[in-house]
Amino acid sequence: MGQPADHLVENAIGREVPEQINGEQAIPFQGVGQYKPSGYKHAPRIRSCSDYPSNGDKRVASLKEALKKAGIGEGMTISTHHHFRNGDLLANQVFEAAHELGIKNLRWFPSASFPCHEHLIRYMEDGTIHHIEGSMNGPLGKFTSEGKMKGTGVLRSHGGRYQAVQDGEVKIDIAVIGAGCADAFGNANGLYGDSASGLLGFALADSEYADQVIVATDHMVDFPCVPWQIQGNHVDFTVELEQVGIPEKIVSGTTRITKSPDRLLLAEMTANFCEATGILHDGFSFQSGAGGTSLAVGEFFAQKMRDTGIKARFARGGSNKYLVGMLEEGLVDYILDGQTFDLEGLRSMRDNPNHVWTSPFTSYNYHGKGNFAGMVDVVVLGATEVDVHFNANVVTHSDGYLLHGIGGWQNCLFSKTVILPLPLFRDRIPVITDQVTTVCGPGEMIDVVVTERGIAINPQRSDLIEKAKGSGLPIRDIHELRDEALKICGKPAKPRLEDQVIAAIKWVDGTVIDAVRKVGK
Amino acid sequence: MSKQIAYAGNKGDNVRSDCHITLELRDRGGRQIEVDSKVNTLYGQAIRSLVEDMLGFFELPHVWIRLEDTGALSLVIAARVEAAISQLIDTETQYLLPMIEENQYGAAKEQFRFSRLYLPGNMPKMMLNAGIHHPNGVILDLEDSVAPDKKHEARFLVRNALRGINFYGAERMVRINQLPRGIEDLPYILGHNVHTILVPKCEGAGQIRELEEAIDRYRKQTSREAMFYLMPIIESALGVEKAFEIASASANIVALAIGLEDYTADIGARRTNQAKESFFARSRLVNACKAAGIQAIDSVFSDVADQQGLRDTVKESKSLGFEGMGCIHPRQIRIIHQSFAPDADEIEQAKKIVNAYYEAQEKGLGVVSLGSKMIDPPVVRRAQKNIDLALYLGLIPENWREAFDEDHH
Repeated sequence: MGQPADHLVENAIGREVPEQINGEQAIPFQGVGQYKPSGYKHAPRIRSCSDYPSNGDKRVASLKEALKKAGIGEGMTISTHHHFRNGDLLANQVFEAAHELGIKNLRWFPSASFPCHEHLIRYMEDGTIHHIEGSMNGPLGKFTSEGKMKGTGVLRSHGGRYQAVQDGEVKIDIAVIGAGCADAFGNANGLYGDSASGLLGFALADSEYADQVIVATDHMVDFPCVPWQIQGNHVDFTVELEQVGIPEKIVSGTTRITKSPDRLLLAEMTANFCEATGILHDGFSFQSGAGGTSLAVGEFFAQKMRDTGIKARFARGGSNKYLVGMLEEGLVDYILDGQTFDLEGLRSMRDNPNHVWTSPFTSYNYHGKGNFAGMVDVVVLGATEVDVHFNANVVTHSDGYLLHGIGGWQNCLFSKTVILPLPLFRDRIPVITDQVTTVCGPGEMIDVVVTERGIAINPQRSDLIEKAKGSGLPIRDIHELRDEALKICGKPAKPRLEDQVIAAIKWVDGTVIDAVRKVGK
Repeated sequence: MSKQIAYAGNKGDNVRSDCHITLELRDRGGRQIEVDSKVNTLYGQAIRSLVEDMLGFFELPHVWIRLEDTGALSLVIAARVEAAISQLIDTETQYLLPMIEENQYGAAKEQFRFSRLYLPGNMPKMMLNAGIHHPNGVILDLEDSVAPDKKHEARFLVRNALRGINFYGAERMVRINQLPRGIEDLPYILGHNVHTILVPKCEGAGQIRELEEAIDRYRKQTSREAMFYLMPIIESALGVEKAFEIASASANIVALAIGLEDYTADIGARRTNQAKESFFARSRLVNACKAAGIQAIDSVFSDVADQQGLRDTVKESKSLGFEGMGCIHPRQIRIIHQSFAPDADEIEQAKKIVNAYYEAQEKGLGVVSLGSKMIDPPVVRRAQKNIDLALYLGLIPENWREAFDEDHH
């Protein structure tokens, strides 16, 4: 189970990583921008229209039937996507069908997993699923951390997933794409139907590169399904299901900003920092996530923009009613949306031409001719831990358990300024430490850590240090913050980790930046 | 031994940073410590060592103790364990963790008291980060925010908070229980650098004397020296009538506060945002305070979501002569500070007067004048107070006089 402890090498950031993962060669992290592959992108097989129904009707009766027709077999790679988030009903059905067909040792390649996928643990136990490459959240993470998964997990960022598919690092045998709305030909979007999710960008790579593509929907419309976020010309089979997702778990009715005074303070300090250092300027751009603190940062930005009369050219990121409010108020010219979090986001995306859908290809893919992430002036991100070298962790907790995916986090680090607003400690656990449990992002890419007890600026950003002088902001050395966290919480014991590698963390270029160890008893 | 099992602390789905204790004294079997902690991997061993140390300190060789921990700091765990132990054995001894050096600062009789943040005395989660919101004062509350059956354990938590939580310079206040019960709170707060004791439902100078005598007795017994201030809270019709008597009852009194929930109930009126029903009481209290040379502090504003209502209320308070207000939520602090702050006209006027005062001093003149008008000393004092306030709130720079000279000469 998992990876034996041998064949480990130290990578460019000083972490011991495996050279082989699930029997395949892996390249250790070589430094940011150092690894440059040569050769050509992966290409799917050439197809002929003569093998597809001339009337365009690719429907088959059931998901199981579609999987059989797609030739599901031992050891294959099956991909699914997280547009339905914790309301996803599709991935569980896919592996239920695989289990019924008696197929073993599948590689599940989701764009992300959610607690609703806890159901799949039984298929990892009975050998249907060999291992997961995607994210291992909550119960799946716990299962993996305890060394119970047959193979080694691989975690990638959204951009890294696109890169891996494009480069042929992961060859998808069957992609199962759930869509809010589709036609029998396979054109699909996430804009309409009960399971509308906004957009389907995470499935783009799969539709282009997978050997077999299945589109499943619970809202089949007559041809043409427009706009086609997924083009039916990539699709082999379509399936109409009773239900593909649980609507209220896909997009929330209303997104809420945190009411926690401590988080609001963090958000306010973050916005104040951006104002004092001139990051907020006319025509600037920003990205902030859908977490409570990030949403609040957006609101504080909006307030400052109204007060000072400046506008943002574009905002990246998950859309929600607050961001839509800024767009409609004229504070932001464009939303470049990666995923939609509430009904207001969905409405805006349908109706407003300035609310634009993007994909990991346009926003994040590192093996392309540029991407959007680097053009963003400031991005506000979360983390479970940051160390005194500004290295940050988003996947494991301080006790060693793998509990979160990377999402777009690594890709966003390429923004001009990266700010992490974080509490100095959560319950009793220090967030600023000597060394993070798992390195997901190298410290050289993380510029500012905002805590309620002070703001630490990466010494490499002397420009920001200079600009923050005289601002009255509580700028402190990150070592001081670490000391204060230790003083409040007491010195934590080291987590009990075994040598066995249970998951590898990929960097945006496909190299291995760190490895996650099995948690000891 | 009579009682054999004791409980202390909080648990439940919404509880964080706290610890619940079940403690049973036994005749044999040694010490059995069960730790069920959310942070067991990182702090399980530290928690066990602390409990072992405490059981040794209280000389308890045979106990069964269970800790259900949701990420409590040591000072919280120690308070919970001690609260449980003290229910089962008769002891005067207290288990004191070190007083952190950051907490060894003093307070002055005349300092800004615009905002005082109420912290329920039995909820550790709210105490830990109270200081980061920079209220002028924090009030660790043993009175109304603590349920009757939690009064005992709250005292240990408040004591440990006074010693171990950094409030980042805020004035350290404790609201004790209504007298005479509040006397029993004293052993847990004196000697731990409490700056100001809030005396609820105060109705006469006699209560203040009674409290000061108890404090004196306690200090003599324990030889604990501590400076302290008092802030009586007026919450009844009788209290309002006795406001001046109370305000001038002791040199230790720095302010009177008014509590309008209880006061309006006492006079049989409904509390409204317009607050006409308490206009007399508030004016009476302000007048008594000024006559006695102390500060007047207004009641809390209880609708946390209504920021505009709070802003309006503070403006009204300021116009009546109040110099501060209670807060029940950290997000109220900023608004209170902003609303008590002098406005642009007041600052401009104050700058002129204070500048004229300095210029008169520099020229060796005995009389301060602005244009053709003479300025009296009380006017200069009020202007200086506004300047201090504007400096404190960052509304004007430290070197405001340099810029002022350039603009005006």
